[in-house]
Parts: sequence; C-alpha cells; structure tokens
Amino acid sequence: MDYLLTEEQKMIKDLAHKIAEEKIRPVAAKYDISEEYPWEVLKVMGESDMFGLFIPEEYGGFANSTMNLCLATEEFSRACGGIAVCYAASALGTIPIVLFGTDEQKKKYLPALASGKRVAAFGITEPEAGSDASAIKTVAKKVGDHYVLNGLKHFITNGGDAETYVVIAMTDKSKGARGASAFIVEKGTLGFTFGKKEDKFGIRASSTRELIFTDCKIPAENLLAKEGMGFIVTMRTFDMSRPGVAAQALGIAQGALELAVKYVRERVQFGKSISSFQGIQWMLADMATEVEAARGLVYSTARMVDAGVKDVAKESAMAKMYASDVAMKVTVDALQLFGGYGYMKDYPIEKYVRDAKITQIYEGTNQVQRGIIALKLIKEMAK
Amino acid sequence: MNIIVCIKQVPETTEVRINPETNTLMREGVKSIINPFDMYAIEEAIRLKERFGGKISVISMGPPQADSALREAISMGADEGYLVCDRAFAGSDTWATSYTLAGAIKKLGQFDLIICGKQASDGDTAQVGPGISTHLNIPQVTYVKKVEEATDKLENNGLASNSQSHKSMRVERMLEEGFEIIETPLPALLTVVKEINEPRIPSLKGLMRAKSAKITMFTQKELNLDPQQIGLCGSPTQVVKIFTPTPRIGGQILKGEIPDIAKQLVELIKDEVNC
Repeated sequence: MDYLLTEEQKMIKDLAHKIAEEKIRPVAAKYDISEEYPWEVLKVMGESDMFGLFIPEEYGGFANSTMNLCLATEEFSRACGGIAVCYAASALGTIPIVLFGTDEQKKKYLPALASGKRVAAFGITEPEAGSDASAIKTVAKKVGDHYVLNGLKHFITNGGDAETYVVIAMTDKSKGARGASAFIVEKGTLGFTFGKKEDKFGIRASSTRELIFTDCKIPAENLLAKEGMGFIVTMRTFDMSRPGVAAQALGIAQGALELAVKYVRERVQFGKSISSFQGIQWMLADMATEVEAARGLVYSTARMVDAGVKDVAKESAMAKMYASDVAMKVTVDALQLFGGYGYMKDYPIEKYVRDAKITQIYEGTNQVQRGIIALKLIKEMAK
Repeated sequence: MNIIVCIKQVPETTEVRINPETNTLMREGVKSIINPFDMYAIEEAIRLKERFGGKISVISMGPPQADSALREAISMGADEGYLVCDRAFAGSDTWATSYTLAGAIKKLGQFDLIICGKQASDGDTAQVGPGISTHLNIPQVTYVKKVEEATDKLENNGLASNSQSHKSMRVERMLEEGFEIIETPLPALLTVVKEINEPRIPSLKGLMRAKSAKITMFTQKELNLDPQQIGLCGSPTQVVKIFTPTPRIGGQILKGEIPDIAKQLVELIKDEVNC
C-alpha cells in the first residue's frame, strides 16, 4: 500500500528500517533474555538523529513531528518491541518538557535527550493509582525556593536508566485533580532512589522500576508549567504520545505478520507448502487487513496531531486501542501459524506475543480508551 | 588531513547470475550498493577526520547512477563527491581504471591520504588501489587493519623558515598469520580490510545533506587523459569469457586407514596422469 509519505518521511522510515534490521533484530533475543538496557542500540539511534524526531530543531532535534516519531517507532518495533519502547518511553518523558518547558528548561534538558546520550522517563503511575491517575499520593511541598517530594511511583519504563524524569505529584490535595503539578527530577538527586527492576513477561529489554522519593529536594525552577497543571501536562502529553504507543503495537503486529508469511511459505506438509492451504491463506488475509486498518488509524491520527488539530483525544484513543488489540490477535495467530515451533523460544515469534500484550495495558488500558472514545462520541452527538 | 576515498558502485548480489547467451552479469532488478570493502574505507576516513580534522573527498568512476553511491558516502560523513564518468572510460580494465582515477585525483589538489577498499565484490582483483598509487607515485600499504598513529613531524633546522613538515602514518597491515606494523610517509594510499572498523549508519542530517549535495562530474574533456590509456583502448587485459562452470558430479570416496588411503590416492593419480 502506498501511504503517500513525503520524501522526508520515506527517508526516516527507510533509515529506521535499516537500523531495525542491522542493529536491533540481531540482538533482540539476547536482550530479551539478559534484560540488560540496550545502550548500544540507543547509541546508534542517537547518532542517526532518531531521538531528534520528538524535539524541536532549536534544541538539538531534527524533523520533529508525531508522524515521524510513529514511523521510526513502528520500524524499530518490527524488530523488537522491547528495544523500541526504550526509545518511545524517552519520547514520553521528553514531550512534557517540549510542550510546557520554559526556554531555560528546554535548553538545559533537551539537547542531551536529542542526542540519545541521555533518556527520559515519565512518572505518574502508583500502586494505588493506575487507571485512576487522580488517586496519586506522591506529594510535593513548597519549602522556600525548593519543592520536597515524598512518595512512590511504580511501573515506570526507563526507570533507573533514564537521567531525566517528569514526575506528577500533588501540590494541593484540597483541589483534587487540579492540585497536581509536574516536575523535572534528575537522577542522582538526594532522596531520589529506585526500587527493584520488574521481571516482566514481555518487552524485557526495557527497564521498569519504582521511583522512590524520600524528602527529595528539587529546585523550584524544576516545576513544569504552573502549579495545578499536572494533569493537563499529563493529558496533553498522552494525546501526543498515544500514537507512538499505537505505532509500537503496529510495528509488533507487522513484524509478526512478516515472520508468519515467511514461515508458511517454507513449511511443507502433505507434500506442499502450507501457504497453499485455504485455511492458512484466510488467516493471513485477515491478519494483513487488520494491520492495514490499524495503520490507517495510526497514520491519520499522527497527521492530525501534526496539523495542529486541537482535540485528538478520541482518535488517539482509537488508534492505541485498535492497534494494540490487532497486535495481540495477529501475534497469537502468527504463533499458531508456526505450529509447534511457534511455542519454542528458539523461534522468534513467541516473543512477539509477549511484547504485544503490554500495549493493550499501558498508557491507558484499552478499557480506559474505550471510555474516552464513548464519552467523546456521546458529547459530540449532544451538540 | 585531506583524505580521498575511492569507491565503486556494485550490484548487490550474493548469487551472481550470468546470462548464458551474452556472458554478461544479469543486473536487472538487482540493487546497486557501495562495494562492501569501500564502506570500511569511508568509515575509516571519517574516523580519521574526527581525530585530526580536515576534509574527505569521495570519488568514483562509473555510470551516472553511481551518483547515488557518492551521496550515500556523503550521508555517512564525507564532504565532497566526484563522479568520473564518460563513455570514453567504458570497458576499462584495472590498469585503465587506476590510470583514469589517478588522473582525476590529480585535479583535486593537495591530499594527505587516499583510502580504498581492499577489492571490489564484482571484479575481485584488488588491483585498482595499488594501480592508483603507482600512477601517482606515492607509497601504498595494502590490507590495513588498523591506523595506529598519524603524525606531523616538524623537522627544524634551527631556522623557522626552513622547518619542513613530514607527515607520516603508522598502520597495522594484515598478513595471513598475524600482522606487521608499517610506517609510511604521507601522502600515501591505503587499502583496508573489514577488520578495520564497523561502518556507521548514516544520520538523518547526513541524508539531508547528501540529498542536496553537489556532485562534481569529471569527463574526459576536463581530465584530458591520454586516449591510448583509457577505456577499452587502454586496457591490456580483456574479459574473454564469463561462464558458470558446470558443477562436478560423482567422485570417489576412499575408505580405510590413512596410510592405505594415501596409497590408493597415489595410484589413482598415477592412473589419471598415465605414468
């Protein structure tokens, strides 16, 4: 299918594809087993200007747009969803600074993030605050020219390996959702430590850790935007990063589909290639069509964001929900097509199933996404 | 350090298919790439530039489509691209090719170093690099696996105005078993092997720069080379026949203890040669 990409978009997609094939795919299995952070791959991404795709040029970025971020994330995910999420999660932690940072904050943090020498992370989730993000308990108390943070975040991607964290904490409990604020916290700050690294089912190349704040003092100038804007920062950030998660799911689905098609051509049973059996063909047809439908949603949402469309919440939610559901279905079907071999870790397909599952859960579970879509739909009809 | 890198665009194929009627390479549908060994040459030039500063000029002799190979080299980090292209150069063997490239290099002005890949994946002769250095009368070091040091030794005769700059380079040259360390004055020519480095992936900024880069074309008109030494005319060697050898079938497996097998083998060879 011709996605009518511009010359620049084609260039980015091709380069990301090259990185995926030459640098990611050969090491995907290794990192899945060792769970080491893939710095060597991130270094190549950085040197190729890939981290610049979500940062404005004046701060070290390059060709930054949601569509470009999605194209790169999709290509990386085709080769490994785990390594791709290290990249995408850095975007998630960087976008709040791009959207809401002052010039000083941008100058201080963005250049190193654009080069890929440092990565970022976004911290909102807590043990008692997942889908119900407004239930966060981490507090930030203003003391003189500092804020003091106390609390715990968990399930934070890039936690422990990132240098730059955007953390959401309550500055005024009495104001409810309007009492949260966003802060930039640097690794190494006194009182900021990390909990254990989670042992995950999938995306094992990425690191997922707790962030622990114990009387952690940060300068007042590390406040992002204004006090009380914490959830606005979060929502606006998610609107822009959701297409990226959708792109990750899309890439995983695409990668699984390609492996399946290749395998069924080679596998011979009953004297012929199993790709000649109608049952197999119909499965592939459904998988391929679902992937293209997901792609359509992801690309058009990304284009809307770049065009400056104000309210993309519904479309972002649709893209993320559909692409991740497709990824789960397609990867499971792909494993089925591999037959018994698909169940063995020696073959790459089972990893795609494990990597796909999380995309239905994080950055807003697909149940939350459905809620967003339905509410928007109903609101639109009420006009 | 002013570095010149010579590259060649070759078909990307691990399965060379030959048209049995015309005895030529079947190139349709085969992608063109930079000769793999030349990628290492480009990468080494970039690393030297990162270490010592300077400029990288990349040059290729080929048809107009070789323009894309030069742009790819620029996207990795080369500064300027030169395409040596003219119908008069067609049919060149390695002698004529190295003569032509040397002629073009003379037009590029002062240089400290020429780097070539060990050999081209289509020709496999490994002759053009050494040919160029001979035509230019500069030292050559082949099969370089590492550049250890490059220095600018200043010989001072006590008078500042008389001090001469002697640039030199120390490299490791790969042998079948081990390596030797060679120090050469500059300018010199190196041919490199794949053990020397890991070629980088281009950056987006590099790709953009390569897109808008101006590739300078050198034709016979600009180079004004001796017509007897270029193209088919200037090629002492000719490709007489290209063919896919028919696979050998059969053979005999000799069994037994090694001394017995040796005896059997000697008898079989004697019979073959009828002595």
